[in-house]
Amino acid sequence: MTSATDIEPVITSGQLATFRLDGDLYGIEVEHVQEVLRSQQLTRVPLAPTAVAGLINLRGQVVTAIELRERLGRPARPAGTDAVVIVVRLHGEAVSLLVDSIADVVDVDVADFEAPPDTLEGQARDLIRGAFKLDGQLLLALDVQKAVSA
Amino acid sequence: MDGLDDIVEEFLVESHENLDQLDSDLVALEQDPNSRERLSSIFRTIHTIKGTSGFLAFNRLEEVTHVGENMLSRLRDGALDLTPTRTSVLLQMVDTVRSLLTAIEATGGEGKVDVSGVVAAVTAAMEDAPAEPVVVVPAPRSPAASEKALAKKAPAKPAAKRAPAKTAAKPAAKPAAAKPTTPSVAAPAALDTTPETVGEPPPVVAEPLPERAADESPAADTVEHADGEPQTDASGAPRRAVADSTIRVDVDLLDELMLLVGELVLTRNQIVQNVARQTDTDLIRASQRLNLIASELQEGVMKTRMQPIDHIWSKLPRVVRDLGLQLKKSIRLEMEGRETELDKTLLEAVKDPLTHLVRNSVDHGIEMPEDRRRAGKATEGVLTLRARHESGQVVVEVADDGAGIDPVKLGKKAVERGLITVAQLERMGPADILQLIFLPGFSTAAAVTNVSGRGVGMDVVKTNIEAIGGTIEVESMPGEGTVCRLRIPLTLAIVPALTVECAGDRYAIPQISLQELVSLDAEKAANAVEEVGGAPVYRLRGELLPLVRLTDVLGLLSERHDGHVVIAVLRSEGRRFGLVVDRVINTEEIVVKAVGGQLKAIGLYSGATVLGDGTVALILDVQALARRALRTETTERQESRAGLAHAAAADTERQRMLLAAIGGGRRVAIPLDTVTRLEQVRADAVEKVGNREVVQYRGAILPIVRLDRHLGAYGETDREVLEVIVYADHGRSVAIVVEEILDIVDGEAAIRSDIDDLGLLGSAVLGDKVTELLDVRAAILAADPAFYTTPVLPTPQGATTSLLEV
Repeated sequence: MTSATDIEPVITSGQLATFRLDGDLYGIEVEHVQEVLRSQQLTRVPLAPTAVAGLINLRGQVVTAIELRERLGRPARPAGTDAVVIVVRLHGEAVSLLVDSIADVVDVDVADFEAPPDTLEGQARDLIRGAFKLDGQLLLALDVQKAVSA
Repeated sequence: MDGLDDIVEEFLVESHENLDQLDSDLVALEQDPNSRERLSSIFRTIHTIKGTSGFLAFNRLEEVTHVGENMLSRLRDGALDLTPTRTSVLLQMVDTVRSLLTAIEATGGEGKVDVSGVVAAVTAAMEDAPAEPVVVVPAPRSPAASEKALAKKAPAKPAAKRAPAKTAAKPAAKPAAAKPTTPSVAAPAALDTTPETVGEPPPVVAEPLPERAADESPAADTVEHADGEPQTDASGAPRRAVADSTIRVDVDLLDELMLLVGELVLTRNQIVQNVARQTDTDLIRASQRLNLIASELQEGVMKTRMQPIDHIWSKLPRVVRDLGLQLKKSIRLEMEGRETELDKTLLEAVKDPLTHLVRNSVDHGIEMPEDRRRAGKATEGVLTLRARHESGQVVVEVADDGAGIDPVKLGKKAVERGLITVAQLERMGPADILQLIFLPGFSTAAAVTNVSGRGVGMDVVKTNIEAIGGTIEVESMPGEGTVCRLRIPLTLAIVPALTVECAGDRYAIPQISLQELVSLDAEKAANAVEEVGGAPVYRLRGELLPLVRLTDVLGLLSERHDGHVVIAVLRSEGRRFGLVVDRVINTEEIVVKAVGGQLKAIGLYSGATVLGDGTVALILDVQALARRALRTETTERQESRAGLAHAAAADTERQRMLLAAIGGGRRVAIPLDTVTRLEQVRADAVEKVGNREVVQYRGAILPIVRLDRHLGAYGETDREVLEVIVYADHGRSVAIVVEEILDIVDGEAAIRSDIDDLGLLGSAVLGDKVTELLDVRAAILAADPAFYTTPVLPTPQGATTSLLEV
């Protein structure tokens, strides 16, 4: 929360909360994450940007849910699989991201970081700040600020 | 107590609070005599009381506080040192002040509280006479003793004791005060040995003081004695009425409480809904109680935030007076319903718009005295503010008896500014023209004055009012005055709303915009909703109500296929329209939750709420909906007719036309704006006045023009029921008889020609058929030659030819 108001797109070492989306592993700064919920009842919002999946009732608070697959230009989640809701708090406002499944909190070292490849195109390029080269896989660092400003 | 003036009451409440603070300040000061800050604070308090008491003519109170203030100012400036003696006399002064306040509270006057003693004591203490305590201090020690007795004793004794005291106590007192580290109250008192009180008394002297500070009862006792006439309800109840019955509460705390109550209301709704399905009677009873209690709690918490509108009105007389003087106008301000209460937050939000409206009325509404005299009115203008509760809303009106708004002038201005086109203007009714003042960049002032008309105009007022969920409308009678009417919700947080279903989702519509609900079964709907050419209308008691389908606006597909039509009749910006929804669920109190920025940007939702079953529902922004729905609908239709549109018809003007058959296969188009009602009249109800046909209609005589005859067509003459188009303006109406009402179409894309005939303006292709454009003015004049000569409607010249401009 402390750094929520003035996040610089600077990559630092620290902890990332990771989740899976369409086969890839993504991470967001753990301090932005308020809580993780199982799939929730969504109220759709007609005429909203396509990435807005709807509104959820988070203990009486109304929170916008962003479909991250849509946001990253990935195919829609296969029918029959429920999304996991990650509630993030930015500038004091709660927003939620719909992802496939939640994974571990990972310690990352800035030395392992590399900017996105030049071949990365489309919306994803704006949202993915780069990758941490972990053992056996890449952890994509998501710019949560941009991701929620659908 | 009822006799107490508001000002006095406020003064009492404030002073009591200040005095409590003063007691603890004084005691603390004794520990730390050099605290300039505390001294200043005490000084300010006493100074305030003195100032107000002087203003309210409480002379004795003023006298006491005056000497106290003198002493405090010298203490503050360092001219005097604070000795325990001085602290004591100060405390005694505070007690006397309290007694006086209590007397004022009980009787409205200062009673018989004697102040000379304390005045003398303070004066003496100021003159380096620290021996006073002997006389002064016993007062608190024997609180039951009457003030009278004390008062008698006080002036006598100091005089007698002053001489020895001065000499003996002076050296003793000085060192005591010079020791800033004095650990306790008792210690300096012990040091303060005077010739009379050697040994025992000092501790006694010191202790009662703080006690008294904490306890008000001695002061109260003294008053009862001082009054000489014991109060019938001296039990303490009257004292509580003012000082102890109010507390100041942080608004943030109230906001938080309001939020919590909001949550409670939601939870209550959920529980009540669930329990309704249960059979356990105990549970049902408990839930009913919960229901009741939650409602009462909500009401109670809401009340804590309520303030009378007088809070913002009270500043307006000054505004009106100053402005009136400046503009050399004589204006009387009248207020009705000043006790009307509304939420503090809303009150704040309404303040500026209201002030603006008042300034506007003074500046533009009310005429100069000489103009008023010429117009046969009293030279003094009257500006009336009215407030009242009306169906869960607060209605605030700013009414003046000024010149009113001239629709012609206003319309001209709007055209000049390029806000609307001439053609648009000519189709507008006077009431619609009035609404133009809310367009951005509109100011009717011929010259920009420094009072109003600097660009921050009515549009800002409107925006501000709408931001708090309110509405504004303006009514004006030229020559008689203008009324601006604000409708404001009682509170922002919890609003009564109608929940409706549309395409499987639920939406909330604030009750403030809702006028009525119309439900039509399939059979009825088929006839009642006349929906041709893409512009559905419903005849609501004869008036045409444009319909907007919520599914269309939201880009959804209706899930209602049984043909039933549910219409929520909504009002927005002085216009009505019907919102077609799938079904109405119920009305419930909803708690408005803000939605994220992405959703606000859509401009259709004013927020969201959590319904009784825990699902989230969007709250529709009726104003935005009206603007959006009406616009998109017309553009869509325009697109669908693009193929027909002539290149020259690029200057698209939106105009809806009513198509009517007049017999002989001829079709006539009449601008929908000029149509007030559609009626059916029995042919045998038609009577004759001279050679004119009339019909009795709503208690008036309505002249009739038969369009077929007027235009030389030959329709069936022996119909039993006549289809009548009523055109009304400024209380005059005419009925235009046609053969059949066919359709309502948009006129803009029509191919026009100037082939015309008497009574026509031209012809056009509307709905793939050649249609004649009716010269409404000529038709109306045929029925009622005096129609336009009534002074109230100064129709612009040239209306004949342009009334139907498409």
